[in-house]
Amino acid sequence: MATVLESVGRKTLNDLDYVGSLNIQLWATLRAMVTALPFVGNRYRWQATVRQMLDIGVDALPMIGLMAICSGFILAMQGASELRRFGAIHYVIELVAVGFSRELGPLITAIAVSGRSGSAFAAEIGTMKVTEEIDSLRVMDLEPVEFLLAPKYLASLIAVPCLSVVSNFCGILAGGLFMFFSTHLGLMLYLHYVLTSIQLRDVISGLIKSLAFATIIAHVGCLEGFRVRGGPDSVGRSTTTAVVRSTFLVIVADAVFTAIFYFTGKM
Amino acid sequence: MPIISIRNLVVEYEGRRVLDGLNLDIEQGETMVLLGGSGSGKSTLLRHIIGLERPKSGSVFVKGIDITRCSKAEMKAVRRSVGVAFQSAALFNSMSVEDNVALLLREHTALAPSIIELVVWMKLAAVGLADFGKLQPQELSGGMKKRAAVARALALDPELLVLDEPSAGLDPIVAAELDDLILFLKEAFHMTVIVVTHELPSAFRIADRIAMLYRGAFSLVGTKDEIRKSQNPRVRDFLDRVPADTAKMQAVGTYFERYLQNQEAN
Repeated sequence: MATVLESVGRKTLNDLDYVGSLNIQLWATLRAMVTALPFVGNRYRWQATVRQMLDIGVDALPMIGLMAICSGFILAMQGASELRRFGAIHYVIELVAVGFSRELGPLITAIAVSGRSGSAFAAEIGTMKVTEEIDSLRVMDLEPVEFLLAPKYLASLIAVPCLSVVSNFCGILAGGLFMFFSTHLGLMLYLHYVLTSIQLRDVISGLIKSLAFATIIAHVGCLEGFRVRGGPDSVGRSTTTAVVRSTFLVIVADAVFTAIFYFTGKM
Repeated sequence: MPIISIRNLVVEYEGRRVLDGLNLDIEQGETMVLLGGSGSGKSTLLRHIIGLERPKSGSVFVKGIDITRCSKAEMKAVRRSVGVAFQSAALFNSMSVEDNVALLLREHTALAPSIIELVVWMKLAAVGLADFGKLQPQELSGGMKKRAAVARALALDPELLVLDEPSAGLDPIVAAELDDLILFLKEAFHMTVIVVTHELPSAFRIADRIAMLYRGAFSLVGTKDEIRKSQNPRVRDFLDRVPADTAKMQAVGTYFERYLQNQEAN
């Protein structure tokens, strides 16, 4: 019994330590982020931010677009197979439009970015830790949080919501293609129904979620990198942990935000 | 006044004492070699001298500032007067060699890009890499990487140059070239140099004084001659390359017997 309690206590303390580290890192990054802004900040940080935006955003576009199209088809087909029985196939349009703008668009984007960029952040920073590059930055009076983390976080905050919008568009487009082939509904008419079924707050709630997801992915990825101890094998472990933890936390955050929007009448 | 003063420095990791009350003064302009075997604590001492870690107790004064207790602004000032080349070179792999050297100048000075380019070329020329600035670090050999790391450490003309195991993993000729480079830099820039090494020929070539570390304490601090003539058993074992007990057949046999006895007892 004592052993069980001990292990539960140790796990709880470790989790609290992790959450505390994430919070400290988040505040340190927010303080340093002004240096990564264009015009007012350091131009080398802004250049690094733009490079990160290309990595996180532009390079991920084909993958996220394809994932959203496939998910749009799946949602439309699954919805249609049930709704058809009640003669309500036209509700597929609302299902896809609202489902994507509120939920699936940001979530699919977050999962893809977590796998691509969250793991890359952990691997990059972890490798820098192992090869003494982080120490090198510190002795050169370059703060790792400002030098590495601030550009990554700012780039994530810009790229992830943009990718979510693209994901929404691709998912809804896939729904339109399904409706065209299954009911011969014209794309312009489909678009009209989409615009009448979604409201601005649906899109905004999705974008708020994607900002939270970007925060989770950037900070979990970087924290896992900074926590690397030892040799190259620990870099591999931290990369895996970054993806697992950020995906888990993204889904938890999604549930929390959905509940908040639901109970505050925003949805 | 010494440029570095270490006073009663105690370092512990998880209750294990790694440095045990060290005291050392390093004078302006001298080359101090921290010599010792693996696990003797020399790299740990170095990390405390450059302010990467905080000790359990004691002080490290760099240019009169206690870096174990100083403010961020004081630490900033100290760090800008210290150049460090790490054992693994620690060049940024995402940048070319010249960008690695230019980084500090871009970040910490307001020099025009053309001046930065000129300074970078001069630093690379000083270490014999003037023609290799456009290459990526992964395209360099081990010795060239270490030279590039020295060039980067020299970028802001530091008063103090710290080199961690500069000749580790290099063949004797490249290692001798690096020794020459250290001697040249000292002569040309009149800087204080601290070198951590376990390579005896290198230590005796470049040192003004040698501090010999054994299990977290100084066995002896002195000039090259004092070290050579020392009868201190720790120093003699190291200089005469006497293996520790773990490598002796008799000792291995004793350990094995003890192990079997313990197994039988259990």
